[in-house]
Amino acid sequence: MVGIVAFGGYVPRLRLQRAAAAKANAWLAPGLMAKAKGERAMANWDEDAITMAVEAARDALGPGDDRAHINACILATTTAPFADRLNAGIVAAALTLEPNAGASDITGTQRAGVTALSTALGVVKGEPKANVLVCAADKRRARAASTAELDNGDAAAAFVIGGKDTLADWIGGAVTTADFVDHFRGAEEEFDYAWEERWIRDEGFAKLVPPTIERALKSAKAKPEDVAAFILPATFRGVADSVAKKLKIKPEAVRDNLAAKVGEAGCAHALVMLAHALETAKAGDLIVVAQFGQGCEANVFRVTDKIDAFRPVRGISGWLEDRKEESNYLKFLVFNGLVEWDKGMRAEKDNKTALTTLYRNNDMILGLVGGRCTETGVVQFPRTRISVNPNNPTVDTQEPYKFAEREAEVLTWSADYLTFAMSPPNHYGMIVFDGGGRIFMDITDVEPGDVDSGTPVRMSFRVKETDEKRGFTRYFWKAVPDRRRIAAAGAKQAAE
Amino acid sequence: MPAGIKDKVAVIGMGCSKFGERWDAGPEELMVEAYLEAMKDARIEPTQLDAAWFSTHIDEIGTGKGGTPASLALRLPNIAVTRVENFCASGSEAFRGAVYAVAAGAADIALAIGVEKLKDTGYGGLPVANPGTLAPQTMPNGSAPGNFAQLASAYRAKHGVSKDDLKRAIAHVSVKSHANGSKNPKAHLRNVVTEETVMNAPMIAEPLGLFDCCGVSDGAAAAIVTTPEIAKAMGHSDLVTVKAMQLSVSNGLESQHNSWDGSYFHTARIAAKKAYKEAGVENPRKEISMMEVHDCFSITELVTMEDLFISEEGKGWKDVLDGFYDADGGVPCQIDGGLKCFGHPIGASGLRMLYEMYLQLKGRAAERQLKSPKLGMTHNLGGSPSTNVCSVAIVGLQGV
Repeated sequence: MVGIVAFGGYVPRLRLQRAAAAKANAWLAPGLMAKAKGERAMANWDEDAITMAVEAARDALGPGDDRAHINACILATTTAPFADRLNAGIVAAALTLEPNAGASDITGTQRAGVTALSTALGVVKGEPKANVLVCAADKRRARAASTAELDNGDAAAAFVIGGKDTLADWIGGAVTTADFVDHFRGAEEEFDYAWEERWIRDEGFAKLVPPTIERALKSAKAKPEDVAAFILPATFRGVADSVAKKLKIKPEAVRDNLAAKVGEAGCAHALVMLAHALETAKAGDLIVVAQFGQGCEANVFRVTDKIDAFRPVRGISGWLEDRKEESNYLKFLVFNGLVEWDKGMRAEKDNKTALTTLYRNNDMILGLVGGRCTETGVVQFPRTRISVNPNNPTVDTQEPYKFAEREAEVLTWSADYLTFAMSPPNHYGMIVFDGGGRIFMDITDVEPGDVDSGTPVRMSFRVKETDEKRGFTRYFWKAVPDRRRIAAAGAKQAAE
Repeated sequence: MPAGIKDKVAVIGMGCSKFGERWDAGPEELMVEAYLEAMKDARIEPTQLDAAWFSTHIDEIGTGKGGTPASLALRLPNIAVTRVENFCASGSEAFRGAVYAVAAGAADIALAIGVEKLKDTGYGGLPVANPGTLAPQTMPNGSAPGNFAQLASAYRAKHGVSKDDLKRAIAHVSVKSHANGSKNPKAHLRNVVTEETVMNAPMIAEPLGLFDCCGVSDGAAAAIVTTPEIAKAMGHSDLVTVKAMQLSVSNGLESQHNSWDGSYFHTARIAAKKAYKEAGVENPRKEISMMEVHDCFSITELVTMEDLFISEEGKGWKDVLDGFYDADGGVPCQIDGGLKCFGHPIGASGLRMLYEMYLQLKGRAAERQLKSPKLGMTHNLGGSPSTNVCSVAIVGLQGV
């Protein structure tokens, strides 16, 4: 059968407290206080749809770095950093997928996540031996003091669709396409323009979604009352419940849309909810995942007994636990480019990227691939013709060596208040890797006091800089405190 | 090891501009100030110069590229002018070029001149450097203090020194340099500061506060060198000669190989060993009379005391707190105020260090004159702890 063979997700660590944002804007938009509850996931300044997709993919693919089994990579997003440069190609490069793996972007609608899933299923139906990686990620910008600002959340999910050892078999699906414009964002526009909520609810969700799901269930030869998990993202209260009621899906099957913890992650959200649902799914469970956007698209899965043997590295639940409350609404505005602030003269440096240099060093920069000497075993970054080994600088002996999934720790560090930083102080230092090698690199997702010599870190693919003059985003890897290893070490110490 | 250049070259003239925020002067005027003082000291005419080496680091501001800026500013008589650049050790490189030309017999008299005009950027601190096309795609968006602050974290971890003890030791480094700089009319910063002021200053890059960082200054310095024989024939006496000049350059070991622990300068140790051998110094703690080291940051000076084998490894911070490097200590260090207070116009700094050694050896250091110094050492470092160039030079009275 064709279906899901792996799943994972990612939720950024920062969680904007809605009360803080609503209070800051209440003088201007008192109605926002009705939404002053819970928190929304807030990408760090150096995270975007691509970086979150990479994290989710790593969560699904596991700690190993051999990804030769992945034949294609699909990225669903409506907030791609590039309008013309293959965004999925950057994800593929970061994951060090084989060069003969396909890559494509799916975009343009809020149902793009489920469409990407359907597309991958279609590929595997044609080629049962293929494994297609589906990533969905969105970092939706909204105007300050808008309701969307509070409703949205930044997150990603990833799935591997294959034909062997499926955790959930695909058993049916359906689609409805209608040019129903609940909102739109013109090609040159920064923000969405949305129509009245009541119309979207009554003419959109209520009329376009139920028939689609009915057809999907029919094609799956499944009954609505047997649905164990019903996934339908919607920011309006009770929409999924009323659709379920109309379809005779049990109320308890309606999945929590994570509004209180994440917010709605755009076209990624149905997949975020699906990854979350699969964490607790049992063999035999019937899952319906549907997404609204210029119609509706739905897929139906039956969970298999392989589900118990699979765990994502952290999963949505794991990322939800790794959280830092953020009550500084101004920080959110700065991170999202919603306020003109004085960056100082140091920020004036030209961040033009030499594309020739980037391509020549593509696996080094995007894949964090260094070298290992086949004669001495010495590991180094970057890979060079002459080895760094002080006693035996061998020539032309290095094979590619991947660093991204290796455990590492801080050797030296500083927290720099002088240099330009989007989130000062800028932490950086010499990071040493288990198995050898070291890289002098940025450290992110930290506050003063989090870092010391010996702090365990993991690698995270992040925005290095943006070239505002030319609209180019530069990516590299950064170190992030490995809070799981830190907690485990703390627990061990306490036990001793 | 080669025979070296001990006593083959003599310094017959030196000059140094006033360092500081020289809003009144461009790099050309700064060079003229240092050059005229050196020429007067050497008692020569421009036509007697055979060649010149000119150092400046940041050419995006200041002089621009090439050897022409020095030749034009000083109206040199169409002689060879080579522009050298080796990060913050550029000044020592200009001196090395001139010294080697004389030692080789290619020039009878050579000029070394270094300059940096840093205060034309519009902001405090060093200008943002241009690191090429690959480095900015991976290297952290950092600053000089952030790079050198890395030493502190590694030094603490390696030697088990508490945060407070190390902060106090590096504070003493700066307190000492301010005390010395207050006696130097050419110094950029001439205020005396207390340990409390240093410890409580605003944080620049953990654990370095404002007073742990050297001045960002405009300035120029120059040296004129010849052979001891020519110097004597010209009537110069009590000659100051070059005893050793060594330069060690990182090859990636520190930044790419896990054998380096981040707490010291690999290159400094190599350059120091070679320099002591070239100069015939066997016990530097006893034989070196005084030093000017590259105290770009207080922590740099502290670990350098160990890298130059004056303090034992892991004990440098105690020597610092004991006052061993104070003006009245065992080996006075930064007697002119150092980079910290004399200032750090990058391309001039190596020559400025030699200028103070020269003045001290000649007995011309006025209020800060040490008692009969015989050997002076300069340590001029460029780059960052993990990738750098390190120059160590020893000068002394001829025959010592």
